[in-house]
Amino acid sequence: MEVEKIKGLKFHKKQDVAIVGAGMTTWKRRLNETGKELSYLAIKQALEEAGISFDEIEMVVMGSAPDTFDGLHMKGEYLLDGSGGSDRPYMRVFVGGGTGVFAPIAGYWHVASGLADVCLVVCEEKMSSSHPHPQSAFKYIWDPILERPLNPNLIWIFALEMRRYMHVHNIKHEDIALVSVKNKANALDHPCAQVAEKITVEDVLNSEPMALPVRRLDVSPPSDGAAALIMVAPHIARRLTDNPVWVTGVGWALDTTMWMNRDLYFPRYVAEAAKMAYRMAHITDPRKEIDVAEPYDPFDYKELHHMEGLGLAKKGEAPILTREGVTARDGDLPVCPSGGLLGVGNPIAATMGVKACEIYWQLAYRAGKRQVAKEVTTGVCQAWGDLMQVGTVMVMSNKR
Amino acid sequence: MKSLKYLLLIAKVGGEMRVAVVGVGYSGFNANTPDLSWKEIMYEAASRAYVDAGINPRKDVDSFVTCAEDIYEGFAIFDEFVPDQLGAVVKPTCTISADFLYGVATAYMQIKSGLADIAVVEAHSKASDIQTFGEVIKFAMDPIWLRRIGTAHPYYIAALEMSYYMQKCCVTEEQIAQVVVKNKNNAMLNPSAPYGEKIKLEDVMSSPKLFDPMKKLEIAQRSDGCVVFVLASEEIAREITDSPIWVKGVGWWSETSNYDTMSFMGMYAHKAAKMAYKLAGITNPAREVHFAEVDDRFAFKELQHIEALQLAKRFETATLLEEGYFDRNGALPVNVSGGNLGIGNLLECTGGQKALEVVLQLRGEAGKRQLKDVEIGVAQAWRYLPTASGAVAVVGI
Repeated sequence: MEVEKIKGLKFHKKQDVAIVGAGMTTWKRRLNETGKELSYLAIKQALEEAGISFDEIEMVVMGSAPDTFDGLHMKGEYLLDGSGGSDRPYMRVFVGGGTGVFAPIAGYWHVASGLADVCLVVCEEKMSSSHPHPQSAFKYIWDPILERPLNPNLIWIFALEMRRYMHVHNIKHEDIALVSVKNKANALDHPCAQVAEKITVEDVLNSEPMALPVRRLDVSPPSDGAAALIMVAPHIARRLTDNPVWVTGVGWALDTTMWMNRDLYFPRYVAEAAKMAYRMAHITDPRKEIDVAEPYDPFDYKELHHMEGLGLAKKGEAPILTREGVTARDGDLPVCPSGGLLGVGNPIAATMGVKACEIYWQLAYRAGKRQVAKEVTTGVCQAWGDLMQVGTVMVMSNKR
Repeated sequence: MKSLKYLLLIAKVGGEMRVAVVGVGYSGFNANTPDLSWKEIMYEAASRAYVDAGINPRKDVDSFVTCAEDIYEGFAIFDEFVPDQLGAVVKPTCTISADFLYGVATAYMQIKSGLADIAVVEAHSKASDIQTFGEVIKFAMDPIWLRRIGTAHPYYIAALEMSYYMQKCCVTEEQIAQVVVKNKNNAMLNPSAPYGEKIKLEDVMSSPKLFDPMKKLEIAQRSDGCVVFVLASEEIAREITDSPIWVKGVGWWSETSNYDTMSFMGMYAHKAAKMAYKLAGITNPAREVHFAEVDDRFAFKELQHIEALQLAKRFETATLLEEGYFDRNGALPVNVSGGNLGIGNLLECTGGQKALEVVLQLRGEAGKRQLKDVEIGVAQAWRYLPTASGAVAVVGI
C-alpha cells in the first residue's frame, strides 16, 4: 500500500490523545444482566485500571449497534444511566459493526478538539435478547425494495464475498481455516473468551455447513458484553501513568449502499480508512511499521481480507503469511493476538474490547498471557460493518 | 502573500480556530411528501447546500455526519443507506444517533481536532412514513418500568410534565396557549411552514384537551423535511465565502433516562446551553443573545426551554410572553420561523430547522420574517419523548 506523506498543518489537533485505561466484561450469553449493567461492569474495570474517579469523566461516548437487537428505540438514551452518561454530555455514535473502533475514534475527537480532557468511551451489545436469533434483527438492514423480498441473511452475503475472495486469489478453504484455528487458540489465554478452543483445520472443514463455503467454525458467535476505554489529554495522562498509549491516527470510510455493484474481493473502504489513519500517523509502509494488528475477524476469511485492506499484506498474500506463521502471537506480525471475534466472541459494537482495548493493552504491555513475543511500539485496530461497507481504523503507539 | 499565509498559520496554531457554516440547504418542510422518498429529500437538500457553499462533495468534503435513529427510519442499521445521495461514497461518513445539533457538535469537534476542513451535517425526517408514531415512542421507554404503564398514547407523559411545570412556575393554561398563537402566526410568514394558521387565543383554549391539561393545538404535528449544513474551518471559510456564519459554541447534555429521576425542568437544555455559552464567551445570555429558536414540540416546552437557556427568569417568562417580549417585533424574538408548532415535529431534524432559521436570519435571507440587526442567535433542540437530553448551538456573525 502506498501512503503519501502529509505536509503542512493537515490533521493539526488542539491536543494529543492518550489512552490510560480499558475494561471489558466476559463475553457470553448473559441473559441475567441488562445492557446497562454490562456497561457498568466494563466502566468500573476501566476506571480502576486508569486510577481515575468517575467524577473526573467529562464526556461520554456510547457505541452500540442496531436498536433492533434490544427491541428498543433510542437505545443510546436507554443505556444512558449504566454507561455513565447521566448528567454529562453524552453522545451515541453508530456505524453498524464498525462501531467497535468508531466509538474510540469519536472519543478521539472529543479530546483532540479540546472540548473534553477526560472522555469515557463505552461500547455495549446485548444480542441474546433477540429471538429466536439475532440474525432476525438483520432482516431489516436490507434495501426494502431491491433486497428484502429475497429474504436474504448475512451469512449468505459473506458466503458470496468469501467465494469471490477465494476465486480471485485462488485460495483454498484450508488456508482460510488456519485463521480460525489460530484465533480460537489465541483466545484460550483471554479471560473473557466465549468460544476458545484447540481445533484443527479438519474440524473447521468438517463443521456444519452454514452457506457454503462458510461453515460453522468459520463464523464468530453472537455474544453479550461490554467494553470501555478512557481517553485523556496529555496533562491528565502524565498525572496518571508513566507510559500511556497515544492515538496517532484515525480513519473511517463508508462505501456505497449498493454492495452488489462492488467487486467484493477487496475491501476498498478499509483501504481508504487505513490510508487516512496512516497519513495522520505518518506511517508510509504499514507492513514494516506496524508491530501488532487487530483486524476485524467475524469470519476467518475476513481477517485476511482486512489485513490486505490495511496494507499489512499484498492482495492475496495474507493467507500465505498466515500459513507461514507470521501472524501468530510469536510471529513477526502478530494478528489478533487477543483471539479476535472468532475466539473471544462477537458482541457487535463491544468488539472494541478485542480491537481498540487489546491494542492498548498490547502497547502498554498489560496484555498478560496474551502479550506478543516481539517488542511493540505501533499497533493498528480495525472494525468493519454495515453491508460490507464501512471501515474504521485506529493507529496507536506507545511513543508520542 | 507569504506573510499572510504565515499569519493564518499562526492563527491556526496559536489562536482558537473557529468553525463556520458556509452552506445550508433544505428540503421541505411538508406535512407529508408522497412524491419523494427520504433518499430524494436528502439528495435535494444536500445538493442545495453544496451549491450554496460552492463545493464539490466528492472532492472537497472531509467528513459527513448523518443524524438518524434507526427505528424512526425503519431500518436496523440506517447509516448503510446514507452515502450515495450525499456524494459521500468511500468517504469518512458516520451516523450520530441524535438530533441535528449533536451532528453540528460532532462536525465542530472534527474540524477543531483537524480531522476535517470541511464537514457536512445532515438530518431528515420522513415522519409521514411512520404509521404508529405512539408505538414507536413507546419503544424508547424502559421495557420494564415504563413501557407497560397503561395503553395510553405516550403524549400523556408530556402532559404530566406540563402540569408539573405549570404548578412549579405558576403558569396558566392561557399563557401556554399563547405560545401556540405566537408561533402559528409567525409561521404564516414562512413559506416552508405547513402548519401556519391565523388563530386566536380562544381557538387554542377551545381545542379539545387530548391529554389534560394539554390541548390538541399545543402538540406539534409531524412533518417531513431535510436540512444539510456545510461547516468549514476558519481558513477554508474565508476562502470560499464572504459571509461565513460562525458556530460560536455547541453544547449537549443528558440528564437521565429514568422518569423517576428526571428534573422535569429542562435541566438538559440548561446544562447544554451553559456549555455552549461558555465556548461562545457569553456571560449574560438574556442580553447578548438577539433571538432564539427553541424546541416547542409541546407548547409548554418553549417556555421551559426559554428559562433553561437563561433568556428570561423563571416566573417571568410567561408574563414576558404575554407582553410580546418574544414576538417577532419583540425584544428577544423566539421561534420567528413558526417553531415546531408552525413547521411541525421534524424528529431528529428538529435542531436542523432551528439552526437553519438562525443561519438564514443572520445571513439576512429569511424573507418576509427577516429580523433587523441580529448578530447572535441560539438554536436548541430536545431529543423528544421520552428523553431528557438535548443540544444547543450558539451561532453568530
